Amino acid sequence: MTSTPTTGPAGPGPDFTSQRGENAPAPERTDALAAASHGSFDDHHPPARELLDDCVHCGFCLPTCPTYALWGEEMDSPRGRIYLMEMAEKGEIPLEGAFTTHIDRCLGCMACVTACPSGVQYDRLLEATRPQIERHVPRSRADRLFREAIFTLFPYRRRLRAASLGGALYQKLRPKRMDALLAKLPKRFERLVAMESLLPPVSVRDAFARTPAVTPARTTSEHPARRGRVGMLTGCVQDVFFHQVNLATTRVLAAEGYDVVAPREQACCGALGLHAGREEESIRRAKELIAVFEQADVDVIAVNVAGCGSSMKEYGELLADDPAWKDRAEEFSAKVRDVSEVLADALAESRAPRHRVDATVVYHDACHLGHAQKIRQQPRDVLRSVPGVELVELPEAEICCGSAGIYNMLQPEAAGDLGRRKADNIRGTGADLLVTANPGCLLQIRKYLEGDLPMLHPIQLVDASIRGVRPPGM
Amino acid sequence: MTSMSTTTTAASGTATALAREFAAVLPETCVITDEVGLRSYECDGLTGFRQVPAVVVLPRDTEEVAACVRICARHRVPFVARGAGTGLSGGALPVVDGVVISLQKLRRILEIDVENRRAVLEPGVFNLDISRAAGPHGLYYAPDPSSQQVCTIGGNVAENSGGAHCLKYGFTTNHVLEMEVVLADGSVVTLGGPTAEQAGPDLRGVFLGSEGTLGICTKVTVRLLRKPEAVRTVLADFPSVEAAGETVGAIVDAAIVPAAVEMMDSLAMEAAEAAVGAGYTVESPSALIIELDGPAEECDEQFAEITRICEEHGSTRIHVADSADERARVWKGRKAAFAAVGRISPDYIVQDGVVPRTRLAEVLAQIATMGSEVGLRVANVFHAGDGNLHPLVLYSESAGEHDKAEDLSSRIAELCVELGGSLSGEHGIGADKACSMGRMFTDDDLAVMQRVRTGFDAAGLCNPGKIFPTPRLCGERPGPFRPHPLEEAGVISRL
Repeated sequence: MTSTPTTGPAGPGPDFTSQRGENAPAPERTDALAAASHGSFDDHHPPARELLDDCVHCGFCLPTCPTYALWGEEMDSPRGRIYLMEMAEKGEIPLEGAFTTHIDRCLGCMACVTACPSGVQYDRLLEATRPQIERHVPRSRADRLFREAIFTLFPYRRRLRAASLGGALYQKLRPKRMDALLAKLPKRFERLVAMESLLPPVSVRDAFARTPAVTPARTTSEHPARRGRVGMLTGCVQDVFFHQVNLATTRVLAAEGYDVVAPREQACCGALGLHAGREEESIRRAKELIAVFEQADVDVIAVNVAGCGSSMKEYGELLADDPAWKDRAEEFSAKVRDVSEVLADALAESRAPRHRVDATVVYHDACHLGHAQKIRQQPRDVLRSVPGVELVELPEAEICCGSAGIYNMLQPEAAGDLGRRKADNIRGTGADLLVTANPGCLLQIRKYLEGDLPMLHPIQLVDASIRGVRPPGM
Repeated sequence: MTSMSTTTTAASGTATALAREFAAVLPETCVITDEVGLRSYECDGLTGFRQVPAVVVLPRDTEEVAACVRICARHRVPFVARGAGTGLSGGALPVVDGVVISLQKLRRILEIDVENRRAVLEPGVFNLDISRAAGPHGLYYAPDPSSQQVCTIGGNVAENSGGAHCLKYGFTTNHVLEMEVVLADGSVVTLGGPTAEQAGPDLRGVFLGSEGTLGICTKVTVRLLRKPEAVRTVLADFPSVEAAGETVGAIVDAAIVPAAVEMMDSLAMEAAEAAVGAGYTVESPSALIIELDGPAEECDEQFAEITRICEEHGSTRIHVADSADERARVWKGRKAAFAAVGRISPDYIVQDGVVPRTRLAEVLAQIATMGSEVGLRVANVFHAGDGNLHPLVLYSESAGEHDKAEDLSSRIAELCVELGGSLSGEHGIGADKACSMGRMFTDDDLAVMQRVRTGFDAAGLCNPGKIFPTPRLCGERPGPFRPHPLEEAGVISRL
């Protein structure tokens, strides 16, 4: 028997120019070999046997899994999905069909990773499984087109801006009867309806504004020295739809004594694609972003989007196979911090006095901050640094709001049930303000709170407190 | 997790006919017939035993459960009720060609009656959620199995589950007032009543701990307790397992009833510490977690006494968990210990036996010897106060140690019986220990139990093959495929 030399998608060396689309032919699968080693998976990073073996089937993950909370079915629980991966790894079931259905339904919220006493790395298992599905399971035409549409729009700031123009116009002209009209559309349009309903109120001015490339640290006679040089990810959706969050971030970091650099050349970090199994695309974006920030020569890279930060911290693993990039990626990942981590470190010697903001605030842990990055305390500490803020905790805090990257567009029904559940829990706290550190959560929760509560990124509250102004929307 | 399972060679015609009837009483999404779905239900928390069911149904209320059971009864098809599937004795193991009735869509808390300190629950409610719902009223539900965040009240009823705090507060049976039960013919009856004392034979007591062999519980009324005024949690390290065992005896002899007395050995602490970071001394050969609760004055008095006893028995470190946070961490570590053992061993079996408290030190020494004789590690984490042991036999499936481990685990349970104890404290007999029942009970005992059982379920459709030893189960058990010796020798072959 002869073996095929390499089945991995990327050869060694830099690969900025890879033009292979996501639907290009999958890596060659030598079926006889694959069957002997990884069952229904090909041998390019299948879910590792040792990681699957870590699961002891105890079920501690079940109550925190959003889909298990909704349906109570074993196949749609972390334990069940690992069981399916195991069956596929042994070649007992094909990837196409039920396997793909149940993996597609996973939000990737990683609440199970937090809950697991055995230390199962479901995050790595899922990230190994999704690209296998993208490579080997043909999707229906409608599904394929919809996914392509998402990935041709969202990661591109310029396209998003253009779309936001249309969106702003649409919102102005949107007929009152639109909801009734949309409700009448057949079920096959439910994804489009879901996408429409997530559209936030767009300010054209914000959408086209740019985050300053350099914001110098505010120094005073009391604090003449700068604390350091922070690179800032401006993001794609964040910069267009939540531009004010980026501005607030630069102001707060500068006020705390950091020079803030937001390189103009930066593009999408690839998180959306990575979490959807679009490995090649995310590898390409990761390399681009690494190169941009290498030029910027910064001590720390601050991220104000939970999902992006989580992926950027994993670049080291994502590029581990590529000798030309491995070290650069690890060095990059080591510098990545959520903005709340940077600020929590600065709290001990805070330079920016806070003004009082009297509010009962409920903080929603974004899954990619709490579960994926295990950052729960820092945002709370940062919020408590504002005098007058009373923090209240959210029941079922560990359960995802249903946003989950592009999940609320792909699986609108489940996302809707989770969004309503989250909104009910938020209303129940009696808080005046909801804060959360992820644009996806903000869009999703906004839809189901229906204006009952103002919503902000935590940094906006801190910014308002430092500047002594009323927080936006309050 | 383990390898290949037995696949159904079921008369698939029957399965199809059944599924069609279920689909008439349930929505389509609540009837599972595809292979991938069915295989997801082939085992519970005890993965060494697997059997693919013919159909899985997920009814949404009592009426639908009863309708499903009636269909099973009409076709004489056995059925198994399943909660969260966390059982450790294979109690929810499906039956060949049988139906699994999952109760995970019955998860409503129907009522918290603050005045009478009662809660009415559907069976799929997670144990911990009862206390979460009662908490704002200053109340809680006392039985707290280690898996309380995920195990369901229905499963607790089936297994008469215990937990760390059962030393002072008793098992599930001491907290369940009333149950609505679907019997094997599909009729719905009520056992027990809204108050603790009921006239006539205690059928509620018979049903509790019957492991799904008498019917399916669809509604439960439980007692709620007022939260204690004070709680003191002490972590005491000991130079040997024996010293810790003797300390437990001395505490009980001093007429102190702590809320909980738990023992962990160094292996168990190593695993739990890795999972939770609870602050255990991993190098210590053993440690006790002692919790006192009640009026503050009483706690203080008993705490002084317990400190003295621990010191007398050579405790190397006594640490009081000061804050509610630290207490929660100490308990989280203890409760995560079983699953956390997955961090130090690829596979393990949790055993569950009881010995008289006076023989704790003796049985632990014997278990250690038995383990080293066959070359397997045994971790110990258990409810020391009531002599309820949980030895964890660590092994590697891929290294072919499953049978050796299973054998050692069974011998440990039987050792408990020899020392005057019991085969199971709280995990149930299930499929796992049915074969050992003969060690604990005479044929007459078992025959009487069978008569009770057939009184509820004459046709034997409710969870057959559990609790009672059967020739099939004891002769061959579902598990990893092994070729017949004659096949290996090339004398016979498989078609």
